[in-house]
Amino acid sequence: MKCEDMLALLNEYVDGDIDPAICEEFEKHLAGCNPCQVVVDNIRKTITLYKDGQPCKLPVEFRERLHSILRQKFQKNRRNTS
Amino acid sequence: MTDTELVRHAKAGDLAAFEELVTRYERRVFSLAHRMLDNQQDAEDVTQQSFLSALEHLAGFREESSFYTWLMRIASHAALKVIRKRRGLPAESLEELSVPHPEFIATWKESPAKIAQQNETGQLIEDALAQLDEKHRLVFLLRDVEGLSVKETAEATGLSEANVKVRLLRARLQLRERLTRLFGDPSTRLIPHAH
Repeated sequence: MKCEDMLALLNEYVDGDIDPAICEEFEKHLAGCNPCQVVVDNIRKTITLYKDGQPCKLPVEFRERLHSILRQKFQKNRRNTS
Repeated sequence: MTDTELVRHAKAGDLAAFEELVTRYERRVFSLAHRMLDNQQDAEDVTQQSFLSALEHLAGFREESSFYTWLMRIASHAALKVIRKRRGLPAESLEELSVPHPEFIATWKESPAKIAQQNETGQLIEDALAQLDEKHRLVFLLRDVEGLSVKETAEATGLSEANVKVRLLRARLQLRERLTRLFGDPSTRLIPHAH
């Protein structure tokens, strides 16, 4: 397997969604190719960096406004359907 | 209570159930909107529109589907609409065929956890994400940050699963390239093999 072929399979390998026979070929290539090993590691770290970050907190004023608007709309819808 | 139970209660007129759904997902919708639009006011507008739309269409929502995927779909469309309006783009652009080859290959000096702790890196990390084309950024956010499956991401974006995979690969490789230039140890730099 060449480096070019590895790129096409990179997602599946990183996500653990890869056919076992192809996985074996992929890992055989990795064992002898330092650049590809490092790229795979870089990709894993890239995903972790964004995934492990906490979701943004809503600004307090916005959150209050949002919930107030939604409550009003919910109750209006209820009145219209009953 | 599960999302399904909350949806059922909300449909039956239970405001508290609907508010619980909002509370459960408001930060994730806001985060997605903020990372897509890079503007707080726009992110607030999209967040509000998304929940209002979910409320408006709740009666027609099939309870056996994933409320979260559905909500992400609504938010994705709302965010993309803002971006297209900003740029005056009428429709989807053609999908590029090539995948960027890694150029700067080096091991990172520190772990993601250590990098994230440093004060000066937060903005650099967000800037790298903001530099992605929005169609790649969206797929990356839904799949890798929000944890939707490829199938759910396809449903949320209206793309085929094949398109999701291509966009995800491009996003991951582009981010890898930018972040490795920032956080990679130049003394460990490797030359990619000839293709």
